[in-house]
Amino acid sequence: MSNAPVDKGRRRFLTVATSVVGAAGAVGVAVPFIASWNPSEKAKNAGAPVEVNIGKAEPGQLIRVEWRGQPVWVVRRTPEMLASLEAVSDQLRDPNSDEPQQPEYAKNLHRSRKEEYFVAVGICTHLGCSPQFLDQGMGEYVEGAQSGFFCPCHGSTFDIAGRVFQGVPAPYNLVVPPHYYINDNTILVGEDGEQA
Amino acid sequence: MNKLIAWFDERIPMTKTWNIHLAQYPAPKNFNFWYIFGVLATLVLVNQILTGIWLTMNYVPSAEGAFASVEFIMRDIEYGWLLRYMHSTGASAFFVVVYLHMFRGMMYGSYQKPRELLWVFGMLIFLVLMAEAFMGYLLPWGQMSYWGAQVIISLFGAIPIIGDDLTLWIRGDYVISGATLNRFFALHVIALPLVLVILVFLHIIALHEVGSNNPEGVSIKKPKGSVPDADKPKFTFHERFTKKYDIVDAFPFFPYYIVKDLVGVAIFLFFFCYVIFFAPAMGGLFLEPPNFEAANPLKTPAHIAPVWYFTPFYAILRAVPDKLLGVILMFGAIVALFVLPWLDRGKVRSVRYRSTLHKVNLTVFAISFIALGYLGLKPATEVYTMFARIFTFLYFAFFVLLWFYSKNENTKPVPERITK
Amino acid sequence: MKQLIKTTLLVAASLWSVATLAAGPTVPLDEAKVDLHDKASLQRGAQLFMNYCLGCHSMQYQRYNRTFKDLEIPEELGVENLQFTGEKVGDLITNAMATEDAGTWFGTAAPDLTLVARVRGADWIYTYLRSFYVDESRPFGVNNTVFPNVGMPHVLEELQGIPRKTTEQRMVDGEMQDVYVGIKTDGSGMLTDAEYDQAALDITNFLVYTGEPMMLQQQRIGWYVFGFLLVFLIFAVLLKREFFKDVK
Repeated sequence: MSNAPVDKGRRRFLTVATSVVGAAGAVGVAVPFIASWNPSEKAKNAGAPVEVNIGKAEPGQLIRVEWRGQPVWVVRRTPEMLASLEAVSDQLRDPNSDEPQQPEYAKNLHRSRKEEYFVAVGICTHLGCSPQFLDQGMGEYVEGAQSGFFCPCHGSTFDIAGRVFQGVPAPYNLVVPPHYYINDNTILVGEDGEQA
Repeated sequence: MNKLIAWFDERIPMTKTWNIHLAQYPAPKNFNFWYIFGVLATLVLVNQILTGIWLTMNYVPSAEGAFASVEFIMRDIEYGWLLRYMHSTGASAFFVVVYLHMFRGMMYGSYQKPRELLWVFGMLIFLVLMAEAFMGYLLPWGQMSYWGAQVIISLFGAIPIIGDDLTLWIRGDYVISGATLNRFFALHVIALPLVLVILVFLHIIALHEVGSNNPEGVSIKKPKGSVPDADKPKFTFHERFTKKYDIVDAFPFFPYYIVKDLVGVAIFLFFFCYVIFFAPAMGGLFLEPPNFEAANPLKTPAHIAPVWYFTPFYAILRAVPDKLLGVILMFGAIVALFVLPWLDRGKVRSVRYRSTLHKVNLTVFAISFIALGYLGLKPATEVYTMFARIFTFLYFAFFVLLWFYSKNENTKPVPERITK
Repeated sequence: MKQLIKTTLLVAASLWSVATLAAGPTVPLDEAKVDLHDKASLQRGAQLFMNYCLGCHSMQYQRYNRTFKDLEIPEELGVENLQFTGEKVGDLITNAMATEDAGTWFGTAAPDLTLVARVRGADWIYTYLRSFYVDESRPFGVNNTVFPNVGMPHVLEELQGIPRKTTEQRMVDGEMQDVYVGIKTDGSGMLTDAEYDQAALDITNFLVYTGEPMMLQQQRIGWYVFGFLLVFLIFAVLLKREFFKDVK
């Protein structure tokens, strides 16, 4: 056994340094384990943006597509529907779309890029049911309204821009997904596009 | 902090366990290179369990989906290839370190009294490990998985009377099928790992009860009161060890052997990571080329060889012209290792102080084992079979000779203390 | 002990030489000089594969978008020029041929080629693609020296021309004899011999890539890991030395 006094400072430094390097290694080892929980290429492909052909949509018609396993609606609105947007404003919970339920470019009265076409995720913001589209007869649920969306699960109602009415369980407006127009007849749902 | 530790110590033996097994565990001072493999085996076990759990998250245990799901993990999951290669390389690494660990035990007589049970636990670990590896190798559902399993399960058919019914029962079908895959999956991911961990626990408990052997094979436990204080190490050992004995030539496992093992672990990781990142198939040894083709029950690969870690035993099997006898001999090769503590009737542990005959015998045994491993990878040609027979003979000769000469062996005088 | 080591080595050496002898004759394979960094070669290989192979052979574990990304092909360009199947760029590279049809037409289903390089090796593929020869006894009129009685036609014939096993008159032991000199094309193909070899190499390169698309990333990470281990090893050695001052 050596009689040399123990250099406590050196020993502490080496202990700490080795521990730090070892801990860095442990973090490095954790990376693949954590990263492997991200969506796989298969899931990403299944959730890739979807093209919607709107060329054949009649006024007042709703086209339903699937994006990331959710129903996405594209509604071609009639002039009457668009006119009703102002009329129901005072009955709404969030008429100006202040809650971040839509991309910036859809934060307007009609909640869409183009007035005529409304794109929304067809899932009620209350508990996740898919509301029904009523191109007329909405008056049954909301006084003075003609068209909109009605959720059969708990009776939440939304106007034709997906804005939630007051006094229903749903807290927020319907979600508008990122989307853009590839051309006049095609919408790509799932990406903001360069024009965003 | 101290309060927290005290709170726990009143409720579970935390500090006590730490002291008995690490901080105040007396480890002989002369551990050499060969003493790293126990720690490495533990490290690889942890690696296998962690990566294994992660692989099950995306693996599909069905005949239709298994092969594709492995490629899915390799390609579509972020770092999935890394998790898979860590697991597949870990399997081979496990056997590398376990074989070296076992040979260490044979060299220094670590199986001799009073460590017989420790050795038997180790052998049980080895046995379970082989079952674990065999079942795991079926899971990728490649050609080698399938036909390798076919061959090995057929071995049970050699058992008289019940053989055929037994193989049918193991497979759960008339051929290896999804039913076989599913049961192997269940055993591979939960049943056997559980048994393995329990056995490892028992192995360590047994080790710490009798204390570690060392390259000199000299006990560090001396009769109580026989050693003057000046000769005792300056370290504190737990009273569990000092109550009955005076401990000499030892120091605590923590921190000394922990920091030493860190060096060994780092060096091991160089080899391990080299394989993972630069040669994951290891030239077809760790991942065999035909296994990148999905299992096809109608087409046998030209040359079936088990993975390298089974080949020594496989070579013994093939060396015998009779099926039943071959199976008996193959299992006998493992049984012989089990009863090694009772075959060796010598009193001297370390090869350093044993006879030249024993040294030669042990060397020939090691060579035979490696040669059989090599021959098991090769097609059974006439020349190879002849060599396989010679080495099979030498393999068993080791045990027989040992039993005869060990009783009255011409050994060298063993020192009282560890001098080196 | 020395004597023992000597004998051991001797035995091992003799065993080794016996081993090489017993390996038996196989068709000698030409070395494929594959290079995963050669993106141009990989791109050409991908193009050849999509045009000539994908009709029958799928690549069902590999995705288009990943292939384009790894081969540095802009996605739009790839979709336009290389993607003939699937709907989305993220789809797997599958083909339209039903397995049963293939079984009827070729006697066996055309195997998926995603992993063929891991099963057969690069040299095998490279040699195989260059070893078709005319054999009228076969259903498709061709055979292959690497894969005798192969069940597929020589799809690259328009590139290579018609390959025949060729013999030449040569002087052997003072006598003129017909000597087999290998497979020679009649020159009717679109490519010269050298260009055809390059095309075969490009396809091989691409198949090696699809076998292990992660290989370059894997090796890059490997170097970082080695760097880290070196640092760790240095600290571990210093720490060990420091503590072992107590016991020396």
